[in-house]
Amino acid sequence: MGSLNTGGSSEMRRREFLQKSAFAAASAAAAAAGLVYPAPVAEAFAADSWTASLKNLSAHEGETLLKVARHLFPHDRLADSYYAKVVTDLDAEAEKNSDTGKLLRTGVAGLDEGEKKFIALPAEQQLENLKKIESSPFFQKVRGTEVVSLYNNPAVWKEFGYGGPSYEMGGYLKHGFNDLKWLPEPPESASPKPA
Amino acid sequence: MPQFDLNDDSVIVVIGSGAGGGTLANELCQKGMKVVLLEAGARQSFATLENDEWGAFQQLSWLDKRTTSGSWRVAKDFPNLPAWICKTVGGTTVHWAGASLRLQEHEFKTATVYSGVAKANLLDWPITLADLEPYYAKAEDKMGVTRTNEIPGLPGNNNFKVLYNGATRVGYKKVHTGRMAINSRPRDKRLSCWQMGFCFQGCKSGAKWSTLYTEIPKAEATGRLDLRPQAQALQVQSDGGKVTGVLYADKDGKQAVQKARAVCVACNSIESPRLLLNSASSAFPDGLANSSGQVGKNYMRHTTGSVYGVFKQAVHMDRGTVMAGIVQDEAELNTGRGFAGGFELETISLHLPFLAAFLNPGAWGRDFAWAMEQYTNMAGMWIVGEDMPQETNRVTLHPTEKDQYGMPIPNVHYDDHPNDVAMREYAFKKGAGIYEAVGATRTIAVPPYPSTHNLGTCRMSRKSSDGVCNKWGQTHDIKNLFISDGSQFTTSAAENPTLTIVTLAIRQADYIAEQCQKNSL
Repeated sequence: MGSLNTGGSSEMRRREFLQKSAFAAASAAAAAAGLVYPAPVAEAFAADSWTASLKNLSAHEGETLLKVARHLFPHDRLADSYYAKVVTDLDAEAEKNSDTGKLLRTGVAGLDEGEKKFIALPAEQQLENLKKIESSPFFQKVRGTEVVSLYNNPAVWKEFGYGGPSYEMGGYLKHGFNDLKWLPEPPESASPKPA
Repeated sequence: MPQFDLNDDSVIVVIGSGAGGGTLANELCQKGMKVVLLEAGARQSFATLENDEWGAFQQLSWLDKRTTSGSWRVAKDFPNLPAWICKTVGGTTVHWAGASLRLQEHEFKTATVYSGVAKANLLDWPITLADLEPYYAKAEDKMGVTRTNEIPGLPGNNNFKVLYNGATRVGYKKVHTGRMAINSRPRDKRLSCWQMGFCFQGCKSGAKWSTLYTEIPKAEATGRLDLRPQAQALQVQSDGGKVTGVLYADKDGKQAVQKARAVCVACNSIESPRLLLNSASSAFPDGLANSSGQVGKNYMRHTTGSVYGVFKQAVHMDRGTVMAGIVQDEAELNTGRGFAGGFELETISLHLPFLAAFLNPGAWGRDFAWAMEQYTNMAGMWIVGEDMPQETNRVTLHPTEKDQYGMPIPNVHYDDHPNDVAMREYAFKKGAGIYEAVGATRTIAVPPYPSTHNLGTCRMSRKSSDGVCNKWGQTHDIKNLFISDGSQFTTSAAENPTLTIVTLAIRQADYIAEQCQKNSL
């Protein structure tokens, strides 16, 4: 499994710089959450039980962020549990970094402004409200974390048919690297046969 | 491995262990010279390399803070990541995909040959293709480049099949699995390719050439290489017109000076000029060896971009080599297309995690999620084209920000030249056309990623006022200071640069050894 270089003040500097760009924010979130191969999550969680595991965010904040996460990268076929993982990753970062906690809490409070709380709004309205804040640091924090947290999850890979690491099976040489049949084979001058 | 004394001024100090520095160090050791090789990164092994995009990115990349400016998209999407290159023993040869093409004859003399390109700092190299041909041959043999030295081409993967069929249907003729420094048969005590698909994350089988497990162990076997990993060079020290040694910090931050007979700077094209600029002296107030003012200038990163095609059937582009596939027809000089210079189209693949990060940085919502769901039905290609040198595209020292050693950090400024834009737009159309010809339901044009090709910032020139080093990579100003990486490139050309960097290093080693024998160094 993967491992991250750690050690000393250079690691802190790296994290500081990593905070400051959209791409790097995602990467930092991965590092902060100890994410390399996050453990695959069980298929179905009841809403209560997963929010009970939150250490920093409230159950309401967790539920709201879950809804936000579902809107950011909407895969109808993916169960809530995959998005719950994104929220628990945000929660873990909030535990370590009080600025993140504050950002997430104020963000949720902002979404809850108005007659109804965010989670009580119809989906179309939720989406509208999110579009309005898409340049905000809160939105970017959730998006930047989720783009790693959701798509770096081996359980999500399975759902999408992506195979992940191949070293353990000796690569794809004998596992279909050139098995595409819906186009003609290139000639050997262009694509020699494997040894 | 020997440990040369810090005060041993008979050693050659090479800074950076990648394609340039790693090769140069080995070549010098083979010729009997003592080399101290300073490498900022740590040393990985086949065991520690990972089939893991995010993990490998953390493990191998240069992540010290950099800033960006200019109108290039990278400054907006990745403001602190101008380049995706390495800080690791082996340098960027651990990460690269293996494409190994010779530059074309006219690409050495673009000032002479390209007319009608306004406001570009075009300059001819002080060498020609003919000068390099014997060294290209040595490099291809050293690296085991397919389709040279009786080495068969690699077998094409599914991503290549899509490229091949699309490209030939629209009329392209030069389409094949490329000249790759990846073993298609066991060679040089290394295995042949397993088609793992994690070339960018370091090749766990060793089939892909990297100085990490070729040049460096071979140099160590001579007993004359003192490799110091996690040793970050801070300044090159000089005394009037000669360099005397290198100040560096070890992994604990402890600083030391290694004395040197000569210093060879091979830190890739952002750190090499930064090091020289940070090494200003009374003799060189604008930066070491910078009497021309060109140190840091003429930064080139190739006109790149990617095209992904979405199909109704599975491709699984991640299975197998990342880049063994090429369409070469557009690399020719043909200004009838509306721009000078040419470009190669090469297969590329990203795994699911990185496709999510790079396909459309910042994107979200239904449309983006739909694209991600097509992952297994996607094919991908990368454009590698010649960008125009501009003085204003440059690496400078940040006016206020410093790194953990108190050294000013680099800023990378880049604006596309109109020629670059015209080439990219044309290449995007051609790439999309290739995939449409084989039934793509959608094509996605992706703007340039953080640069993996970084060139030109200490360029070769005939006249000392036009560049930083001469035809040997020897700086014009200081006889015992050399530039040994892609910073030397006077033009970016349409080809991936690594083969040429290795070629120049082999040739530079001959020159350094000869100069040492004559006691000129």
